[in-house]
Amino acid sequence: MSWTRKHLLDIESLTADEITTVLDTARAFKAVGKRAIKKVPALRGRTVVNLFVEPSTRTRISFELAAQRLSADIINFSTEASSFKKGETLKDTALNLQALNADFIIIRHSASGAPHFLSRVLGASVINAGDGAHEHPTQALLDTFTVRERKGKVAGLNVTILGDILYSRVARSNIWALTKLGAKVTLCGPSTLVPKTFEQMGCRVTYDVDEAIRDADIINLLRIQHERQRKTMFPSINEYTQLFGLNKARLAGTKPDALVMHPGPINRGVEIDSEIADCDRSLILEQVTNGLAVRMAVLFLLNGGKGPQGVAGN
Amino acid sequence: MPETTIILDATAIQRALTRIAHEIAERSEVGADVVLVGIPTGGDHLAARLAKILAGIWNHPVPVGVLDVNMHRDDLDRRAAPQIHPTVIPFDVTGKTVVLVDDVLFSGRTTRAAMDALNDFGRPKKIQLAVLIDRGHRELPIKADFVGKNVPTSPGEKISLRLVESGAAQDEALLRKK
Repeated sequence: MSWTRKHLLDIESLTADEITTVLDTARAFKAVGKRAIKKVPALRGRTVVNLFVEPSTRTRISFELAAQRLSADIINFSTEASSFKKGETLKDTALNLQALNADFIIIRHSASGAPHFLSRVLGASVINAGDGAHEHPTQALLDTFTVRERKGKVAGLNVTILGDILYSRVARSNIWALTKLGAKVTLCGPSTLVPKTFEQMGCRVTYDVDEAIRDADIINLLRIQHERQRKTMFPSINEYTQLFGLNKARLAGTKPDALVMHPGPINRGVEIDSEIADCDRSLILEQVTNGLAVRMAVLFLLNGGKGPQGVAGN
Repeated sequence: MPETTIILDATAIQRALTRIAHEIAERSEVGADVVLVGIPTGGDHLAARLAKILAGIWNHPVPVGVLDVNMHRDDLDRRAAPQIHPTVIPFDVTGKTVVLVDDVLFSGRTTRAAMDALNDFGRPKKIQLAVLIDRGHRELPIKADFVGKNVPTSPGEKISLRLVESGAAQDEALLRKK
C-alpha cells in the first residue's frame, strides 16, 4: 500500500506497487456497485470537472458516475459548447475552472502532454483521461484490473495487443502497466501501425496474427483510429479484417481459456466478429463495469491529503 | 528508544473475549437476532473469535461480517488515502442487533463512520459496540457497550494489537509511549 501522488498523468511514472494499490482499492469500490445503496460519502463537498477537449462518451460517463458515487459534485465541459470556440487557451480555461474551486480536473485532449502541462499550472488534482497518442492511464488500470480479476494474477501471463498500436494511447498505457506487473506483452498488427521501435518498451513485435495469439492468455483488440491517422496506413478496412480481424476460426487456434478484451467502441465486423464480441470469452462489458470501480479508486486515492499513511490513530 | 509495554497478553485477550461474549449473550434475550460485524484491521479477527465463543454458548452459528469504514471517514482530506479492505456482510442487517467489533476505541470517529456505513446495508434494530481496549480521549458522544479492558493513555501514545491471524507470533496488545 503506497499512494502519495496528487495527479494521475501517466502509467510510465508509476511503480508496480502504486499500480497494485489502485487495483486493490478498486476491488473494494467494485463491491460498492453491487450494494442496494451504491453511493459513499468519501468525496462529499469536492468538485470534479470533466474537461473533455476531445470527444468521448464512455470515459466521460464513467468518470461522471464515479464522482457521483463518491458524493462529489461534477460538471461537464465539452468542446462543442465552450469558450475554446471563442479562442480561449487551455490554460485560461483551466484557471477559470480552478477559480470556481474545482478540486479535480479530468482532462482529455488531442495533444500529448496537455495533462502534464495543466498539473504544473493548477493547484487542483489533474487526471489524464487520454492525451493524444500518449497515454490513457485509467483505461490501462481497468484493463489490468480485469485481467487480474479473471486470471488471478498478471505476472507471467501472455498478453497480445492487436491492432493500431502506433496511434494508440491505450496500447502505450497498457504496455507500461502490464510489463511493470510482469506480464509478457506481444504486439501485432499491420507493420505500418506496429513499428519495431516498440520492442524498446519490452514487448515482442510480430506481424503473424495466428502466431501472436496462439499462446495468449489475453487478447486485447484495439480499434483502428481513423481520426488520428494522417494518411492511410493500410490498403483497406476489408483487407485489415481479412488479415487481422478476430473471428471464430482464428479464436479456435488459441488456448481454450484465452479471453478477449476491447476498450471500445467496437467496430463489429472490422477488428472483431459480432459472434466473438458477444461470446462468453469476451470481457468487453466487464471492462466497462470495472472502469467505474477503477475511476472511483483513482479519485479516492488522489483525494488523500499529505498526512501519514494508513489509519490515523485508533 | 520509545518505551513499549505489554498491556494484554494472549491469555488476557482470550479471557477478555470470553467475558465480552458472555455479556453479549446475557444482554440479548433472542440470540438468533444477534450478528457480529468487525472493523478491519483487528476488529474483523476479534469478531470471528467472538462468533466462535457465542456459537458455543448458544449452540447455533452466529453470522459474522467485515465492514470497512474508510469510505465514510470524516478525515479523508487530512491524511494520505487509507488502505481499503473488502467489506463482506453476507446477511441482511435489517431488524438485527448488530454488534460492531473494534480493537481499540479512541476518538470514536471510526465508530461513527461504521454506523454510517452500516446504514447503507439496511436498518438494524440495534447497534451495539464491543471493543477489546478503551483508551479514552473521545471526540464524539460514543460509548462502548462491551469493553475488554480500560487503559488510561495520553493522546500521543500508540496502542497496537497483534494477532496470530495477521501473522504475529502470539497475540498481544502493546502500548508505546512517546
